[in-house]
Amino acid sequence: MTTAAAPSPASGPASGPGEPPTAFLDVRDLRIHFPTDDGLVKSVDGLSFQLEKGRTLGIVGESGSGKSVTSLGIMGLHTVGQYGRGKARISGEIWLDGKELMSADPDEVRRLRGREMAMIFQDPLSAMHPYFTIGHQIVEAYRVHHSDAGKKTARKRAVELLDRVGIPQPDRRVDDYPHQFSGGMRQRAMIAMALVNNPELLIADEPTTALDVTVQAQILDLIRDLQKEFGSAVIVITHDLGVVAELADDILVMYGGRCVERGPAEQLFSAPRHPYTWGLLGSMPRIDREQTERLIPVKGSPPSLINIPSGCAFNPRCPYADVPAGGITRTERPELRLVTGAAGGPGGGQHWSACHMAEEERTRIWTEEIAPKL
Amino acid sequence: MTIPGQQAPSDGPEALLTVDGLVKHFPITKGLLRRQVGAVQAVDGLTFDVRTGETLGVVGESGCGKSTMGRLITRLLEPTGGRVTFRGKDISHLGVAGMRPLRRDIQMIFQDPYSSLNPRHTVGTIVGAPFKLQGITPEGGVKKEVQRLLELVGLSPEHYNRYPHEFSGGQRQRIGIARALALKPKLVVADEPVSALDVSIQAQVVNLLDDLQDELGLTYVIIAHDLSVIRHVSDRIAVMYLGKLVELTDRTSLYAKPMHPYTKALLSAVPVPDPKRRTKRERILLKGDVPSPISPPSGCRFHTRCWKATDVCKAQEPPLLALEPGHQVACHHPENAPEAAAAGAAGG
Repeated sequence: MTTAAAPSPASGPASGPGEPPTAFLDVRDLRIHFPTDDGLVKSVDGLSFQLEKGRTLGIVGESGSGKSVTSLGIMGLHTVGQYGRGKARISGEIWLDGKELMSADPDEVRRLRGREMAMIFQDPLSAMHPYFTIGHQIVEAYRVHHSDAGKKTARKRAVELLDRVGIPQPDRRVDDYPHQFSGGMRQRAMIAMALVNNPELLIADEPTTALDVTVQAQILDLIRDLQKEFGSAVIVITHDLGVVAELADDILVMYGGRCVERGPAEQLFSAPRHPYTWGLLGSMPRIDREQTERLIPVKGSPPSLINIPSGCAFNPRCPYADVPAGGITRTERPELRLVTGAAGGPGGGQHWSACHMAEEERTRIWTEEIAPKL
Repeated sequence: MTIPGQQAPSDGPEALLTVDGLVKHFPITKGLLRRQVGAVQAVDGLTFDVRTGETLGVVGESGCGKSTMGRLITRLLEPTGGRVTFRGKDISHLGVAGMRPLRRDIQMIFQDPYSSLNPRHTVGTIVGAPFKLQGITPEGGVKKEVQRLLELVGLSPEHYNRYPHEFSGGQRQRIGIARALALKPKLVVADEPVSALDVSIQAQVVNLLDDLQDELGLTYVIIAHDLSVIRHVSDRIAVMYLGKLVELTDRTSLYAKPMHPYTKALLSAVPVPDPKRRTKRERILLKGDVPSPISPPSGCRFHTRCWKATDVCKAQEPPLLALEPGHQVACHHPENAPEAAAAGAAGG
């Protein structure tokens, strides 16, 4: 069975198309393809997940795995069209708080964007306008969605938020330009801008990648505190397993535009059930333990999204591709299946994994071969 | 007040490279006459040595001067003050011609595998360039040697005629490594060799550097901001803050009992890939950002962000002292220090 347009019941914990959503954010069979001169780039190819309010989902993957494209897709920031270069072809469903965004009117999505869902970008210097003051930009974000708010109210709100995200002397710094802020402060200001309308969904795309370790720790702490305070749903996108381990309740591992494993954070680190997740954990030098052994890297490089390997996208790099009999890894795409050996984590998080190997076999490989070497 | 003679820690194997009081200030000029109005004190008095066969890791946040240090010891920059001695020879102020024979022995691996390879040259030309520049004909000819090098770093000899754009980031980094190893150097300085690469590729390159060291007996100076990578690759580690060395010791004692508060804060700030430890961990959050190296704080440069700072820290710069054998720290109030040594350091 190759990939069908409609999601099969086995494609994960998704509800069927058109049915009402089961969670606050419900993404179903999301596909985002970009036509290019070299071929169709399948950045996201059948991704489904749910997220409840008050919880944090970490999306992990290497460059080109489709994690950023997914976040822009949820925000509705791709230029959509059937033809022409640079235009994305998107299909699937995105339910946010009971509303379907893909079929919604663009104006409706624009009203939600910034108010109900907001985004923190990786590079605060290029995400902010260099010509306007920090305060001006926050006020603008506020007044777009609060047309009745006066300038003074909006400015007060901006100062209040800058104070909340830990900018010293916010009433003075509100009139500074982005270049007058340091990297860490700019990231704080951007968080303030994202939070100005109390969004219910916050997407942070590599929020700390451009920052130094000590500043990164401050920002991670801030994001964690703010989530507790505002109770919003947060998606953190990163390549750094350390960052997700700090922030996320649930983790989704992406490879070649699809989800290969998904589950509660603790389980994903203590009992991962996908060879790619093993590879990521094995590739990572650890700071928290003495490590005399060599790292266990994944061989080869990530796939080209134009020519995603047939069958399981990971099969050319997978050391266990020959374990399931009959060359099935090269012909059939594995669907997400529930890891039965695992108990549901706190918050009802279930553990899903997409691999052709029998679960007992994977449990055995992890406990006997992989875990002792990490 | 650093007294250079006090801290020549030449125990163990001989030093391949010795750095003594190394200073680099970049002038800031203004106006038509280019009058100097200040200086970026990128590196301000470093003293350490690199021993034959070891890997010295240099770690610090952006702007701490670690890359400038790398460029100074490879003599891509000329120091403003201090001395760099390579195998007993003072190379601090050698000219281009004077350095040329030494370029064979000191090589560099760069951070960005995209900008460090000429896009208009084939891999063969790039990796073969060192032979041409040094006027050396290796045994069996340049082409054969280049193909051997490509195989050594895990590429295929058939890649000889390809161009850099045909390779992925990890493969390009391997090309840069092959070029650095062409002349069988003694010392390789790698400036953030893996930070531009994906996690799975990063591990491949780290393992490759490891294997090459065993095989060719190389000495590495690895500069990185990632404390996990540094822990994995280094024998000894130097921690830098605003142009100064704050701590220098072997890997085990640095991670087990860091003495400088900055090192301690740095280690505690690294996100640990283990969700179970998220709540249990004691974390030191430093206030604010790194001050500007144009006008660094007086006394101990870390005192503006340090939770242990007292008046003495503002007034007096702490010297880099060996508080324990092989463990040098520059702090008035060191952590984890033996009582007597701590008192000695505090007393000045």
